[in-house]
Amino acid sequence: MISKKKRTPQLAVIGGGPAGLGAALAASKAGIDDIVMIERDIELGGILPQCIHDGFGSKVFKEVLTGPQYAQRYIDEIARTNVEVLLNTMVLELASNRTITAVNSAEGMITIEPKAVVLAMGCRERSRHQVFIPGYRPAGVITAGAAQRDINIEGLMPGRKIVILGSGDIGLIMARRFTLEGAQVEGVYEIMDHPGGLPRNIVQCCYDYDIPLLLSHTVTFIHGKKRVEGVTVAHVDADLKAVKDTECFIDCDTLVLSVGLIPENEISKHAGVTLDPVTAGPIVDERMETTVDGIFACGNVVNVFDLVDYVTRTSEVAGRGAAEYVLAGRKREAPVRVLPGRNVKYVVPQFVSDLGRDIDFYFRVEHPERAVTARVLAGTSPVKSKKHKMVHPPEMLTATATAADIAEAAKAEGRQVDSLLVEVVDSGK
Amino acid sequence: MANKHQYTCINCPMSCALELTEENGEVKSVTGAQCKVGERYAAEEFADPRRVVTTTVPVRHGLLPLLPVRTTTSIPRRLILDATRRLAEVVVDAPVSNGQVIVPDIMGTGVDVIASRDLDKDAGRQSQARV
Repeated sequence: MISKKKRTPQLAVIGGGPAGLGAALAASKAGIDDIVMIERDIELGGILPQCIHDGFGSKVFKEVLTGPQYAQRYIDEIARTNVEVLLNTMVLELASNRTITAVNSAEGMITIEPKAVVLAMGCRERSRHQVFIPGYRPAGVITAGAAQRDINIEGLMPGRKIVILGSGDIGLIMARRFTLEGAQVEGVYEIMDHPGGLPRNIVQCCYDYDIPLLLSHTVTFIHGKKRVEGVTVAHVDADLKAVKDTECFIDCDTLVLSVGLIPENEISKHAGVTLDPVTAGPIVDERMETTVDGIFACGNVVNVFDLVDYVTRTSEVAGRGAAEYVLAGRKREAPVRVLPGRNVKYVVPQFVSDLGRDIDFYFRVEHPERAVTARVLAGTSPVKSKKHKMVHPPEMLTATATAADIAEAAKAEGRQVDSLLVEVVDSGK
Repeated sequence: MANKHQYTCINCPMSCALELTEENGEVKSVTGAQCKVGERYAAEEFADPRRVVTTTVPVRHGLLPLLPVRTTTSIPRRLILDATRRLAEVVVDAPVSNGQVIVPDIMGTGVDVIASRDLDKDAGRQSQARV
């Protein structure tokens, strides 16, 4: 089919979830009035409409909203702008010159040639095949997010007797959800010696409903040829290897997997955007611009955030950055690298193009630790530091360094800042 | 005699580790909270835990078959299962607007159950999507 018209907007936003909504809105507020937002679903909101539980918005709105409520605020605001929303539309390809090829059933193939692009495709769930669980391949093995969609959007019950593997937040939330819908949750099994989800979800999803949470345990076999008939679980040793004589059979008809999320970057890769092997998302600078000029990225496509609030914040930075790129154009200065130091798994942004502005850093620890200070250093001079009573890997840590903080550290160093280090150290030191 | 109780605050993702000290049922102090909400939460958790309840109710003629709903604020935890059983009997008609009261005064708590989003009528809008 031949495309009816070629769109040449100032900005194209790929994805209409919280990241895309935030970016489009911020760009619109920054003075761009020709924006196209492309969403493959029948409505905007991304994953939020199925996240019916509360806990969203505590940072952005200082209120505790449900996922649909949080999305509704942005959807209402977008409706008051000139942003053109293309629903039911799938992006097939993004080229490094920013040309987008998309398709929908109303227009057929669509070509969009924007001046700037914001990648806001979010993430997808890790499946059984990425965690290698031996056994048969029956019906009844489902990811937590798919189960969430079935129960909260479609009105379908995936099973009655449930075992959950992985203690990520979605798994914990679904343990409660299955219980409230009348299913029996036999337990949540976590291979690590610490939970994958936030402590608050362990309290209000497991403890409140007497659902056992077993750490250092995994599923070693899936039984049942047509439908899941049970799973074998076992204790794991320090090397995460199952201990054979601790194996026991658990009768269930459904195995729910909450074993992690991966940024969705098929489109980004084709556009030549460089990905960070640790985050599995694009390498970005302080404006959320990727390694390709004019292509920005935000939200869970960059790295999997724990809070939608951070998704929104990064999307606003990306939206403003893209607006600035379109309206003012700019050349990047010599980039300064941002390096993860002690007990820091990774930091976003991975580099800084302009030290003369405020920078939000997002980072995660590698292992839980008590009484620590998280700090940003320029050389050996502290830029910003914050004490934490306790840090957990699932919880994203943040630090905002102002341009003045960085200038002061540079002055203390007596030379130009050529890299920044983010580390988590004992508060005593 | 003073007793100490440990709680994890559930009001925001900070998940503050709280410690409440009480003597003969009277709350003496709460430590570990980074804000007032946490102090209140610990006292409540000791006296009578409360939770926000979220679930779905079926919708007739809706763009989607289900409407997400929530209690406007928390209700006693001991009433959660009764509240969800009560909500299992409810069916609503589209269109629904965000914040619309679905069940007033759920289980006599004085707390309303409201719609958590707008939900339009099914005007054939999704016929494109499911091709």
